[in-house]
Amino acid sequence: MTWRPRLAEGTAPALLFLLLLLIGLAIVGPAYSEPAGYLALLKRAAPLMILAIGQYLVIVSGGFDLSVGALVTAGVVIAARLIDGNNSATAWVIPLVLGFGLLVGLVNGLITTKLLVPSFIVTLGMLLVLDGATFLWTGGAPRGALSEGFRMFGRGSADVPVLGAVPWSVLILLAILVAAVLFMRGGTGRALVAVGDNEATVRLAGGQVDRLRLLAFTLSGLLAAVAAILLGGFAGVSAQVGNGLEFRAITAVVLGGVLLGGGRGSVVAAAAGALSLEALFTLLNLLGVSGALKSAVQGVIIIVAVAYASLGGGVRQRLRLWPKPRDSVRSAQPASS
Amino acid sequence: MSTLQENTVPATSRATPPAARRRLHPTAIVYLALVALLVVGSVLVGLRGEVLLDQTGILNILTRATALGLVAIGQTMVILTGSLDLSVAYLVGLTSLIAAETMAGQDGMVLPGVLLALAVAAGVGLVNGLVITVLKAHAFIATLGVALILRGYLEDNYTGPAGDVPRAFQHLGYDRIGPIPVAALLMLAVAALCWWYLKRTRPGYHMYAVGGDIEVARLSGVRTRRTIVTAHVLCSVAAGLAGIYLASRLGSGAPYVGTEAGYDLESIAAVVLGGTLLAGGRGGIAGTIGGVLILATLDTIFDALEVNPFFKDVVRGVVLVTAVALYARRMAANRAHGRLS
Repeated sequence: MTWRPRLAEGTAPALLFLLLLLIGLAIVGPAYSEPAGYLALLKRAAPLMILAIGQYLVIVSGGFDLSVGALVTAGVVIAARLIDGNNSATAWVIPLVLGFGLLVGLVNGLITTKLLVPSFIVTLGMLLVLDGATFLWTGGAPRGALSEGFRMFGRGSADVPVLGAVPWSVLILLAILVAAVLFMRGGTGRALVAVGDNEATVRLAGGQVDRLRLLAFTLSGLLAAVAAILLGGFAGVSAQVGNGLEFRAITAVVLGGVLLGGGRGSVVAAAAGALSLEALFTLLNLLGVSGALKSAVQGVIIIVAVAYASLGGGVRQRLRLWPKPRDSVRSAQPASS
Repeated sequence: MSTLQENTVPATSRATPPAARRRLHPTAIVYLALVALLVVGSVLVGLRGEVLLDQTGILNILTRATALGLVAIGQTMVILTGSLDLSVAYLVGLTSLIAAETMAGQDGMVLPGVLLALAVAAGVGLVNGLVITVLKAHAFIATLGVALILRGYLEDNYTGPAGDVPRAFQHLGYDRIGPIPVAALLMLAVAALCWWYLKRTRPGYHMYAVGGDIEVARLSGVRTRRTIVTAHVLCSVAAGLAGIYLASRLGSGAPYVGTEAGYDLESIAAVVLGGTLLAGGRGGIAGTIGGVLILATLDTIFDALEVNPFFKDVVRGVVLVTAVALYARRMAANRAHGRLS
């Protein structure tokens, strides 16, 4: 009678890869011989992991969310402008930023599901709109400043009994991760994966496909707003804070063995992929790889990871470049031409 | 499938007479939109007492359209095949550097410079294609990975512009016949060539077949891998041409000339704006050129109106999503009537 942890398909290789990187860190960096070093790593990785969890929800249901990077920038810039160093404003600005993320996700989801526009295009359009609108509103450069109360979530630590001081961002991350795992193991989560696997089947089985995908986009927007709050606190106000984060989040999710096109992969693996990416950057730093070559190494690794997953991972899959909705009545792409 | 489809169509919509629902070819719509945009733009610019489509205006639109047009032509072939290429932006920078550094200011080295740049571009395309077909990596990740590798190389070796283009070669970027730049004509010639390839040759048809349904294409005897690799090589060569053109215009190679203009996502936007399905199998070069001209015209109009540059992005995003939503509606409506466009 041995108890084995229930791991979703594809989680084990992602966790193994992460473990290898962490061992590598422990060997190379003296700071990583004690828990504090790993806690710092986790704190650094928390925003990306949260973004990856949101991105996972969209990808597993068969979509893309390219707007999260722009959304993070917008969140930070909006918060800085509204708070403007005034601590008392923090209390209403945080819900406002979260609401904004929710709204952007909702719009993404509505355009994707109701107007039948591929999510790649919708979120690309949203990226352009958000980037433009944010800087139109602030007049070219971010203004204002964040308050201490706002920055606490990204920088500060909370005193937890037994463990001592744990960064707020790690606590928030853990809460979100647990919630995401519970969500994905519930009926709605399973239905979401099913939508990514075969939309028509879910629809014929009576599933609310549109509502599920809408939910995924909305949650992704909300989680991007959470990441914005953490990043704003951690890194401060900058117009570049969200640059390229959408690609990094997608990379992280794919590194976790999640199949682009949907239907396969676990949320824990996606989060582990994000942590791996951050650990990889740290490791490359410690090894003294020049900053310029870092992206090249990153490029090689994601190609190898994806090739491994689709060739050696034993996952039977066709060469499926894009999710093709098989439902001929509602889908934007006809299969019969 | 078609019977099932027929049964789900409500009787009321089936009753609409076909003549009333006759629709224009998608490409025609793109060009009608372009004409409408030019008219509206001319009126708006005219209200300020200026002329949009004078010599400078036309020159402006065509110059903007040349580099993006070349990249978008390549991107069209890749997207038609059901793939996509995110590495073109860095490739444009890389090829501009290779061309300019090989030429090194000597007239005799122009041809070797151009050939070397195109060869490297073809090599990168080959890698993209092979990673997708042999390693079976999703095109998004494969080309993103290659883009990161190119970026690493560029960042490691260059900090700014390098190389020197001989004066004779700069004629390519600046010569014009009347208001029309020679380079724009060359871009249109490349477009015509690719149009012919896609619509009139067997490998071109195979691209549509693979993009439409890769499984059906494979079972019909199409060499799907070869088709995808060919599309990627052609796409990269087109991006290489854009890099060479930009080197000729700038007088040297610039590592980030492609990424600063955002040619990766911008070219995808132009292709989709031109009516090509992102999922592949449908669309074409003519629409893409229309999409590129629309984007270039928008930019020129905004410049003439002195609109805040950030506003451009907002409009561009809205135009993109609206256009694709309209295409999707048309397609859904067409299919509801059991007709294929």
